[in-house]
Amino acid sequence: MKANVILAGVGGQGILSTAYCLCNAALKRGLNFKQAEVHGMAQRGGAVVSHLRISPDTIYSDLVSYGEADLLLSIEPLECLRYAQYLSAGGSMVTSCAPVLNIGDYPELDGVLKRVAEFREHILLDTTYLSAAAGSGRAANMVMLGAGGRALGFSIAELEGQVRTLFSGKSERVVEANCKALRVGALAARLYRERLEQGRSYAAALRAVGEIAPAELVRRAEQEIPSDAADGQPAGDRSPTVSTGG
Amino acid sequence: MKSEVLLGDETVALAAIHAGISAAFSYPGTPATEILEFVERYARNQKDSPKVAAGWSANEKVAYEEALGVSYAGKRALVSMKHVGLNVAADPFMSSALTGAHGGLVVAVADDPGMHSSQNEQDSRYYAHFARLPALEPANQQEAYDMTLAAYEDSERYGLPVMIRLVTRLAHSRANVQVRTDRKKAPGLGVEPDPRKWTLLPMNARRQFTGLLEKYEGLCKAADESPYNTLKLGGRRGIICSGIAANYVQENLDGDGEASVLRIAHYPLPKGKMRELVAHCDEVLVVEEGYPFIEDALCGVVAPADTRILGRRSGHLPASGELSPDLVRQALGLDKREAPEPITDLAGRPPQMCQGCPHADSYHHIVEALKPYREAILFSDIGCYTLGALPPYNAIKSCVDMGASIGMARGASLVGIHPSCCAIGDSTFVHSGMTGLIGAADTDANMTVFILDNATVAMTGTQETLASGDELVRLVAGLGVNPDHIKVIEPLSKYHEGNVRIIRGEIDHRGLSVIISKRACIRLKKK
Repeated sequence: MKANVILAGVGGQGILSTAYCLCNAALKRGLNFKQAEVHGMAQRGGAVVSHLRISPDTIYSDLVSYGEADLLLSIEPLECLRYAQYLSAGGSMVTSCAPVLNIGDYPELDGVLKRVAEFREHILLDTTYLSAAAGSGRAANMVMLGAGGRALGFSIAELEGQVRTLFSGKSERVVEANCKALRVGALAARLYRERLEQGRSYAAALRAVGEIAPAELVRRAEQEIPSDAADGQPAGDRSPTVSTGG
Repeated sequence: MKSEVLLGDETVALAAIHAGISAAFSYPGTPATEILEFVERYARNQKDSPKVAAGWSANEKVAYEEALGVSYAGKRALVSMKHVGLNVAADPFMSSALTGAHGGLVVAVADDPGMHSSQNEQDSRYYAHFARLPALEPANQQEAYDMTLAAYEDSERYGLPVMIRLVTRLAHSRANVQVRTDRKKAPGLGVEPDPRKWTLLPMNARRQFTGLLEKYEGLCKAADESPYNTLKLGGRRGIICSGIAANYVQENLDGDGEASVLRIAHYPLPKGKMRELVAHCDEVLVVEEGYPFIEDALCGVVAPADTRILGRRSGHLPASGELSPDLVRQALGLDKREAPEPITDLAGRPPQMCQGCPHADSYHHIVEALKPYREAILFSDIGCYTLGALPPYNAIKSCVDMGASIGMARGASLVGIHPSCCAIGDSTFVHSGMTGLIGAADTDANMTVFILDNATVAMTGTQETLASGDELVRLVAGLGVNPDHIKVIEPLSKYHEGNVRIIRGEIDHRGLSVIISKRACIRLKKK
């Protein structure tokens, strides 16, 4: 697997936890990685971005170049657009559609989502709804990790292993909700893409996923999202789902 | 060896532990905070020896002096700080070059190019040069680990402190690193009670400085021969790169064997290798993160006649700010990578105070209290409360350096500004505010000091503060402030009117008042 990822969101949303899981999943496969982040003032409710690079070869730059990101994974839609310049030609934009309204001049949300939807390889997820369905309103980052991690070629089992380590000090209920969020995110991503491919608009696709009852979402996620396979791939296949130009 | 996932900062910490340090000191500051945090965690659970004493100091100067004391006692020490922290520690840093070190002393300094979380982007390599001390500049996490280990050997070999220079993108970048499985046994050096070296009376200092300059010749030679400074001669086009900037060069050249490349990671500058490269090339591009330190040295006043020197000064790279692989690519003259157009019309999202932050309430009280006074000035300082400069508060008028606000308020009060006020955090006050307050108290300066006591160093991740609560009140009184004009308020909207009244009362008092606005950081409660 070789991949460049931009992780984006607002300080406090758990971007660094998401990055932690992806880094360690890569490490477990024996891959090299570099993950750059910014601490300090930027973490106080401001825009936060992390650059993650994974490769079997030596990685030089800690930062991703413009046009080289295979995946732009964002927990906030406006923040996703902020880093659009990093996206590669075949790269995917996977973002939550739930805005963080901590600024006075936040643009009209439909306009923001429309701009995301202009990118062909995009996925919009209602993390507010999906994380609540999984049992924890705070697991939006894990919903995104489920969707984005699988797009990169990691299996749910690999991601789950990292989530369990990350939350090892927390109650079993919290761990379970976060693990469920991974699967729910992966399922919702698949369903959203299916609706788009059927010719539906982004709004209709979002609505369609949002109309599935929470219990039904969780049940289907358990059934339809296998533990040991990445998105559309059998387990053990090490070739990348998201290809990189190198 | 084993593999570990570490931040650049943590590799320095772990290498120092593996080098057998007995102590580590620091003051929190982005992007260097995680160095001491790592050592502290290690020390807390430590079962091996030597025992590591690790803790936060009042400021970087104290941290440096503590580390120097450990070195004097023949043990190895680590002192870490952000770039501007070295300004605070500059006094002992400069003079420790003259006394020299005994037990290995490594000074890890993390610069913040691009000013992600700092008031300037000064380049610490100038300090190493200024002090005539060696510095190592790793390009990646593995080098940061290896070089820190080596720095302890160098420090004891030369009897000098050695600087490790990091930058944000290395300090805060994580990677898998190969590390030792055990700690080295540091050499048992014993105490070095040589007053001729350590007592910098003029007669001793002159001799020590002469000795340092002699040593410096050896340092220059060692840098020229250092395996960290690699010269590869190829085509007539040359590149000099250093530190993390070398990664951006390699990323873009990707094995291109054409260019001649000198990579510098070990200072003083390897002048021999630099001359060799320049003599070989028609053009040399200098790619370095920070100020044009190497480029300036190459150009001097009279640039080389037959070789064009390109870099930040020539405009091939931006004169300020952080480098990126894309900026370096452009400077290398390579085609721009195909990428989507940047979306530039997005609303910005600057950092802001947390929901429920006590500073927000403090500023509401202060701003309201100052409203009737047309000439009021509220100086401020460095911490989360600096965000009071932004809307909706628009409260503070300055942020210069740690503790600056107290001195500035006194200065302004001396020339007739009233009310002359300042707002400073509890930890910043201990760091560098106390000294200013002693002078203000001694003259009963007509000013009002707000100490925003949130009981922690919040901006850098809630590290322990050295004086808070009742202790802080006693401290302020002990500095000579009239106890009648030390007031403690609790910043909460329900106390707004009462607090505004107390503040106005103290502003109208013709003399020094200290108002401690005391409520714990909400992040402490979450912890």
